[in-house]
Amino acid sequence: MEVLIALSIGVLTCCGVWLVLQSRTFQVLIGLALLAYGVNLFIFSMGSLSVGAEPIIRPGVPADLLHYTDPLPQALVLTAIVISFAATALFLVVLLASRGLTDSDHVDGEEERP
Amino acid sequence: MSVSSMPLMPHLIVMPVLLPLVAAAALLLIRESRHRVKAAVGIAATIGGLAVATTLLVAVNHGTGPAAIGIYLPSNWAAPFGIVLAVDRVAALMLVLTGAVSVAAALFSVGRWNRAGVHYHTLFQIQLVGVNGAFLTGDLFNLFVFFEVMLAASYGLLLHGSGTVRVRAGLKYIAFNLLASSLLLVGIAILYGVTGTLNFADIAQKIPQIPASDRGLLHAGAAILGVAVVAKAAMWPLNFWLAAAYSAAAAPVAAVFVILTKVGVYTVLRLWTLLLSAETGASAVFGSDALIVGGLATLAFGAIGMLASQQLRRVAGYSLIISSGTSLAVIGVGDATLIGAALLYLVGSTLASCALYLLAELIERSREIDAAPPIREHESDRLPFRLENRDTLAESEDDGVRPGTAIPAATSFLGLSFVACALMIAGLPPLSGFIAKFAMLSALLDPNSAGAPARHVAIAAMRTTLLVSLLVSGLLSTIALARAGLRHFWTPHDRAPPRLRVVECAPVAMLLLACAALAVGADPALRYTRDAAQALVDPAPYIDAVMSATVVPGPSAALPMATGIATR
Repeated sequence: MEVLIALSIGVLTCCGVWLVLQSRTFQVLIGLALLAYGVNLFIFSMGSLSVGAEPIIRPGVPADLLHYTDPLPQALVLTAIVISFAATALFLVVLLASRGLTDSDHVDGEEERP
Repeated sequence: MSVSSMPLMPHLIVMPVLLPLVAAAALLLIRESRHRVKAAVGIAATIGGLAVATTLLVAVNHGTGPAAIGIYLPSNWAAPFGIVLAVDRVAALMLVLTGAVSVAAALFSVGRWNRAGVHYHTLFQIQLVGVNGAFLTGDLFNLFVFFEVMLAASYGLLLHGSGTVRVRAGLKYIAFNLLASSLLLVGIAILYGVTGTLNFADIAQKIPQIPASDRGLLHAGAAILGVAVVAKAAMWPLNFWLAAAYSAAAAPVAAVFVILTKVGVYTVLRLWTLLLSAETGASAVFGSDALIVGGLATLAFGAIGMLASQQLRRVAGYSLIISSGTSLAVIGVGDATLIGAALLYLVGSTLASCALYLLAELIERSREIDAAPPIREHESDRLPFRLENRDTLAESEDDGVRPGTAIPAATSFLGLSFVACALMIAGLPPLSGFIAKFAMLSALLDPNSAGAPARHVAIAAMRTTLLVSLLVSGLLSTIALARAGLRHFWTPHDRAPPRLRVVECAPVAMLLLACAALAVGADPALRYTRDAAQALVDPAPYIDAVMSATVVPGPSAALPMATGIATR
């Protein structure tokens, strides 16, 4: 599972970085969204990956990460998801405003001159 | 009177966050057409914030050791488990600075800008929530949350007034800050993975115990976090967006944005001195070379950029970059006397940059007195945002000509204020910019504080470079500002003297008087900033104060945690 998670974070981040470096605003937007997904998975994976474990302490079971999953990164990632989603949505609004004002979807608001 | 002996004290610590938050909520309930009421509420809240910050500063200044640090547990959980707010000398100083800048910007905006779009004062207050929270927080993830609150409000404020230039600058500003926030999250996640905690003080305690196999990961995390934070502090090469974005913003917005780069500088100062202090063994002063070299490069970039700028707003933007570069390089060198002097410099340069942004608007407007109001110049017919009350803008122009509101000797006022700003930014006598710069230079020349012997040679070379860079950047900014002054004030022209409104001149005068007061009271101010720097260099009392903070017992002693409702 570690390999699978690491690969998905890597692929998401690679695609995100590549798209952010493009010159069209919509590609930048999708790139930022993909980067946010990669980062969210990364935070999630910091709390030790485990299958079928739960974060609630049961009597008689020692309270360590071998028997439980860490609840804190799950709480953190929830906050991070909300914030990155909201910020990306705001970027979309500004993108549309820029498209409307400049008649161009280039990040500079005008086409490059050859 | 120490921090804990004041009657309202523990709750006063949370007020710099709570007050603007409540004000923002109240402002949302007031209709947009009642802009006078909105402005009154906004200004009252900023003045209240300044008063609270000053009270905190006075209280913190009276204590010594752990008594000089105020701790507030918002969720009433003990330190490493719950979130924590901490106010010490540096945090209190930054809160007062934020208060001063926000009062000036809020007053200035009453002149015209608060009617250029909707929800101006609400966004302004939310911005203050984020800034004050970032100064107070003692927790990495809360730092991220407050950064995001601050940035979310700044996106809205940057676009305030709309227009092609602002939308174009805002697009890049938002994209850049989203990327920096992603890096910040990655850095926080790695630090949490390595140390298992998010509390600053707890991380500082855990870092010496980290096994050698995890050191690499820790350093990677610290470096990623550092890159994200210095991007906010406008370190070269991560500062290309600053001058463009800030000069596109409306004047009072740019004036309050001045504090945003200082949040970055403060975060570097807080995290670096606390987490990677000299006591942390193998990780001690990790990254100091990067900070010094980056700071020097930023300083050079700012000085050259200022020399190349034609517009006054761009000059102000580069003066911010110079201020950030100086502070970052000084933090990298890292001895207490130097950081103390740099804090005084930071305060003075912030006030002066803020005044320069406001002044730039007044000067540009006075030169275009016959032309269309500058607020319309970027607008096209196809506005993406609904601008309510657009006609009131024209009305506010008439206000300026009403007898009694225009101030006499307007040209001399503008000229004198500009000279004062220039003296502050270039670090020339008699204002406090000179005193702070002089204190920095004398600390750099002091051979007794040259750091540990092992790093002696490298550090000595860095100190000499920093000394020369400070002097050269002072010279370059003098040239740039003198040239701007010649062009704006000594060029002959035949037009009526500018008409200025009291409400727009008062903030500028207030900021410059604060600079003068800093020069007159330089001795206590410098003593305060040196104490603050000493507390940063020796973080043990801070760690003790945070980790030993006790929870308030609940109404029923059997359930002491019953009141612990998370506020996040």
